[in-house]
Amino acid sequence: MALQELWFVVMAGLFLGFFVLEGFDFGVGMLMGMFGRGAGDDAERRRRAVLNTIGPVWDGNEVWLITAGGAMFAAFPDWYATMFSGLYLPLLAILVSMILRVVAIEWRGKIDDPDWRRWADIGIAFGSWVPAALWGVAFAALVRGLPIDADKQLRASLGDLVNGYTLLGGLTTAGLFLFHGAVFVALKTDGAVREEALRFARRLALPVTAVLASFGLWTQLEHGKDWTWMVLLAAGLAQLAATLRVWRGVGEGRAFAYTTVTVAAVVVLLFGVLYPNLMPSMIDPAYSLTIDNAASSPYTLTIMSWAALVFAPLVLLYQGWTYWVFRQRISADRIPDPVGLTRRRS
Amino acid sequence: MDALDVSRWQFGITTVYHFIFVPLTIGLAPLIAAMQTTWLVTGNTSWYRLTRFFGKLFLINFALGVATGIVQEFQFGMNWSEYSRFVGDVFGAPLAMEGLAAFFFESTFLGLWIFGWTRLPRLVHLACIWVVAIAVNLSAFFIIAANSWMQHPVGARVNPDTGRAELTSIVALFTNNTAIAAFTHAVFGAFLTAGTFVAGVCVWWMIRARNENEAQSMYRPAAILGCIVVLASTLGLVVTGDVQGKLMFEQQPMKMASAESLCHTATDPNFSILTVGTHNNCDSVVHLIDVPYVLPFLAKGEFEGVRLEGINDLQSQYVEKFGPGDYRPNLFVTYWSFRAMIGLLAVPVLFSLTVLWLTRRRRIPQSRWLSRFALAALPAPFLANSAGWVFTEMGRQPWVVVPNPTGDPMIRLTVAEGVSGHPVGMVVLSLVAFTLVYAVLAVIWFWLIRRYTVEGPQEHDTEPAAPLPPGSDEVAPLSFAY
Repeated sequence: MALQELWFVVMAGLFLGFFVLEGFDFGVGMLMGMFGRGAGDDAERRRRAVLNTIGPVWDGNEVWLITAGGAMFAAFPDWYATMFSGLYLPLLAILVSMILRVVAIEWRGKIDDPDWRRWADIGIAFGSWVPAALWGVAFAALVRGLPIDADKQLRASLGDLVNGYTLLGGLTTAGLFLFHGAVFVALKTDGAVREEALRFARRLALPVTAVLASFGLWTQLEHGKDWTWMVLLAAGLAQLAATLRVWRGVGEGRAFAYTTVTVAAVVVLLFGVLYPNLMPSMIDPAYSLTIDNAASSPYTLTIMSWAALVFAPLVLLYQGWTYWVFRQRISADRIPDPVGLTRRRS
Repeated sequence: MDALDVSRWQFGITTVYHFIFVPLTIGLAPLIAAMQTTWLVTGNTSWYRLTRFFGKLFLINFALGVATGIVQEFQFGMNWSEYSRFVGDVFGAPLAMEGLAAFFFESTFLGLWIFGWTRLPRLVHLACIWVVAIAVNLSAFFIIAANSWMQHPVGARVNPDTGRAELTSIVALFTNNTAIAAFTHAVFGAFLTAGTFVAGVCVWWMIRARNENEAQSMYRPAAILGCIVVLASTLGLVVTGDVQGKLMFEQQPMKMASAESLCHTATDPNFSILTVGTHNNCDSVVHLIDVPYVLPFLAKGEFEGVRLEGINDLQSQYVEKFGPGDYRPNLFVTYWSFRAMIGLLAVPVLFSLTVLWLTRRRRIPQSRWLSRFALAALPAPFLANSAGWVFTEMGRQPWVVVPNPTGDPMIRLTVAEGVSGHPVGMVVLSLVAFTLVYAVLAVIWFWLIRRYTVEGPQEHDTEPAAPLPPGSDEVAPLSFAY
């Protein structure tokens, strides 16, 4: 396998890691505010239980995106330059929202005050909804093709970014992450929170399946290859299996494994229909960025392959260990009293 | 203003913001690891409370360091796409390795440290903070190696077919003498920042401590630790700064000439302390206070017989070499940022020496002026760090990749050639968005740090319960929850 092909797979792997891991982080962030409605005083504890299912791991999950950005820069500089300068406004929105999410999660418990927490919850929700939908829009626009000219410059108009297909793409990722997150919370919590999470998952299952099916079929029929039918089928079957599990209300572990397969299959589908392009051009297929005309030199790719070969297994190992360490279910009554300071000195 | 100016302002503002929080993280992580180690080795709970206290401040700061860092990873592609195309083959490698080999470690193990107080065995938990401390420094090495390549490109050549820089030796890139000097200098700067922070906060608390015992057993030792770190880092800063200066005279003579407002080539010029003149008009500059011998020593390590090139001569040399253009950086900024960086060092040093003298032989000072001095010393290292980076980055203008006098002369790029071709309005939008968001967050950051510092080490932070074996604590409350 040529190095460019290997690095295409590595890029797909990094985005797969990002979508699977941050997928449930975004889902948790999107759903968090909806937990505990009507539970009175218990609401705050339940919300904290939900947030703390991703407490020790969300920062490490986010690094998958940072590393994907760095790897794209190293392995396919033209892709990095064209995509991020071309999709300027969506990326700006994603970055601003992710900034707000980081500080909202970290600072939420620092001050024990309802107004303070309300702002933090807005930050968490905003920072989860916006990237969850916009990454879907961005990848759908990539698959659909963008006006890239002979100089590898991309001048995307609003219509290139906002149209039926890309909006459906955004709806699909947001829906998938919501469902993935709800199942994750059901898996990681106990008691009332678990019940609530299962209820959300049940309500989400059918609409998400429908959106996924239409986006998947559209992608496959318009851009697909023969072998990607199998991937689409896998995504569909896993989604149905997860739905069944959730409806029966047992075995969240299995259900979570299925939603993971669904998210992973969607990433494989998107990268699969792209290959061997990185960014197909609508103006002229000859202007498309491909794994050959956008890649770094063989020397850089070799060096980066060694770095990835050494560090990637290590990352998987210790991130896996972290999940193992914090494997226990969290219930609302295990959440300690708030230790934040008051707003003013008492 | 065109897109170039706005993009430069944006990169400057976002990077300076980022580097307000980063040095505190880099320096404070090893200090907290050392505090926790001391607690475990001696069993003295004062060090446990200090670990918890500074751990909270560390986390408040870490959040904003991460938040402002996310933007940097993508800003190259967003605003500097032509630069990214030209250098991606070389520049991308350290960036990607930083993610793989440092960011993953620090983020994952910090999560383990925050949430693992009663879940991990104590030694494993201690190892987590040490991993964080090493990883934050490692990430600094990768990113500074990348930055140093822009100042002094090595280990690369331009491929005539593609017109892009290509990496030829990763070893040369990582052993770039500029990178090693800049990394050590930045790390000592970070240690100075954290040392001043710990010393300043603990001196302030020592003076207003609720009881004699706390002052004696907790604040005094921590303040002394901070002061020693400050003095040791100062020594490191002077040595690495000297090495860096000598490299700059060789590799980037224009930067050093403009740092000195040295307009005309001269033998044994004086080191200038104060000049006046019209901004950026070389010949209107009047040197008011000069010191002999210093500059030749800074440049070459000799006191006499050193010939240094002036700005005007360098400018005409560059025009001859690289074609017409203005190759002079902003004289006013380079001159004064250089002096601010060095001058601000005096504040933490003076403070540390004062504190070490006043706390000798178990003394606890009570003077009001010392607690004011402690607060006044806190911002100095942050300002010095910013000034140093502003000097380094604005001193290399108009280049974004400075031509290496002994390397491939084709590896060079001006900032004007590196910028993306965006309409001004779009870049202004992102500039305004980032500046506003960062400004609000910086205000909250300052308020939180102040609030938590004034509150002091918490009463409830007594020694934690021994970690429970996994599986046996189904109902135990979490030791920490957001």
